[in-house]
Amino acid sequence: MSIATGALRNIQDVARDPRSWWQRSKGNIELWANLIVIGWALAFMLWRGGGFAITVGSVFAIWAILAVSLNLVVGYTGLLSVGHIGFFGIGAYAMAVLSSNASYEQLRTEAIPTFGWPFFAALPFSVILAGLVALVVGVAFNRFRDDIYVLVSFGFAVIAFTTFLSWRNLTRGAFGIHEIARPAIGSWVFEEELEFLALLLVFLGLVVLIAWLIVTSSFGRVLTAIREDEQAIAVFGYHTTHYKLAIWVISAMMAGLAGALLASWSTFIDPNSFVLLESVLLVSIVILGGLASIWGSLLGALAFVMLEEGMRFVPFLPSEFIGQIRQVILGILLVLLMLFRPQGLVGRFKL
Amino acid sequence: MSTQVDPRVYVLETREISKNFGAVKAIDQLTMSILREWLTCIVGPNGSGKSTLINLLSGMLPLDGGIVVIDNVGLRVVKAHDSPDHGITRTFQEVRLFDQISVWDNIMVVLTERRVFPALLERTKPRHRDEAERILKSVGMWEKRDAMAQDLSYGQRKLLEIGRAIAMDVQIYLFDEPFAGLFPRMLEQVKSILKDMREQDRSIVFVSHNMDIVRELADHLFVLDSGALLAVGETDEVLSRSSVIDAYLGN
Repeated sequence: MSIATGALRNIQDVARDPRSWWQRSKGNIELWANLIVIGWALAFMLWRGGGFAITVGSVFAIWAILAVSLNLVVGYTGLLSVGHIGFFGIGAYAMAVLSSNASYEQLRTEAIPTFGWPFFAALPFSVILAGLVALVVGVAFNRFRDDIYVLVSFGFAVIAFTTFLSWRNLTRGAFGIHEIARPAIGSWVFEEELEFLALLLVFLGLVVLIAWLIVTSSFGRVLTAIREDEQAIAVFGYHTTHYKLAIWVISAMMAGLAGALLASWSTFIDPNSFVLLESVLLVSIVILGGLASIWGSLLGALAFVMLEEGMRFVPFLPSEFIGQIRQVILGILLVLLMLFRPQGLVGRFKL
Repeated sequence: MSTQVDPRVYVLETREISKNFGAVKAIDQLTMSILREWLTCIVGPNGSGKSTLINLLSGMLPLDGGIVVIDNVGLRVVKAHDSPDHGITRTFQEVRLFDQISVWDNIMVVLTERRVFPALLERTKPRHRDEAERILKSVGMWEKRDAMAQDLSYGQRKLLEIGRAIAMDVQIYLFDEPFAGLFPRMLEQVKSILKDMREQDRSIVFVSHNMDIVRELADHLFVLDSGALLAVGETDEVLSRSSVIDAYLGN
């Protein structure tokens, strides 16, 4: 509410004296971060056309769900987890295994059972499975904090990846799973990319709404207090382990949702999408956008996706280097950010 | 000042509690009884175990031995998150606020729902809002409510921490050096807050090195030395004992 009233007051002031706008906003880094990232994205989409915009929008929506979910844990609760990609993968594989229709016998590679569930039946199962795994993992993680927490979450990401790769009679290992179901409501199948984008944005909206409800509730305020001083908030009557476990499970379920959506969107997954590096990139997005800021995570995800997609169109750049150069740039951006703006583009909290 | 209600009612007692840090006996078989609705002060030289005692009573450190008796219930283990249920809250010697959240939220966070699922569904309630406003005004921090706690001056942080303890609305308050490092104006403010709390029948235990304040405020005095009780009694009487003067006060 204070942001809305503040914005309103600014608009009134600028309307009264238009020339003051530059004076007022030249030092406002948040405003410029927003303008540059969103303006860049819009300009690029206009230039490349509708198909590009739909692809970028879809990739953005999935990363944004992941980033918002991770920000609940890292930014609001102060638990620096680099294992979130594991829950993303669990959601994706649950969706893949349950809804795939492929007949692998003909492929003469690993054969796995096919269930052929529809998307909307497999989706809640994927989300709940990610939540259940998070519950078990979270109970074990609750005894750790700070740098040890980073290490054990790192371990979880490695275990998850190894499981996807090695449990071959469930995941087909490196061969991956094909023909993952697209969502269907009655006879209407989300075959068009634009339709799927709409579905992704609906889910992103839902996740953002839930995250917003959480962080503005009494529960959310306690999370920030745990981040600031867990021992102190405990002395005021809070079971901090219950709070940490609850947000961990909620966050993992959102990541599981993102994974299930990815599987259905791309209709094929293999373990490469769930390597540790992806998890580190995800943490980078959250920090880049801004810790303890939902809007920051959306902005961070958009900047990241535009960085990746935008690099494709840099002249004289061999396409095989794009992935690496993107990571180099992201790394440099993070170092600069930590030096000059540790709270991220629009964040409220410094690591 | 020291003529209070008798018969005496004890709100908080310790029976032979101990705490060791390695070979150091920080608290050594300490037995003491804190009077209900009195202003009690704990004095003692640095390292005499004052802060350790408060950490034990608030559950922030586990007991190595002995029993804490609160309202006639004996406890071998005091858990930090249960301490408000026992009617105990505290402040810290080194002020511990939730630095990167607002002054307002620092108070609100101790007023709202404790249980996880009801807390998830709870939005800010008018009665919490009113209570936070009343407390912030009572400690003179209302104007600063939107500032981040880390941006406050030292004295303001001290006041906010006391405000947070008041917000807990319990029976027993443990204040670890509430007067340390304050300018005279804020010192008077904290003094009057403590006096008001005694008027409202709260039991207050505070640690202080300032003998003028101890004489002025404290009804009951414990002198700690090396984790054991050196003297106990009403303030004027204890401070006139030659053993206390020799051991602690010097000259």
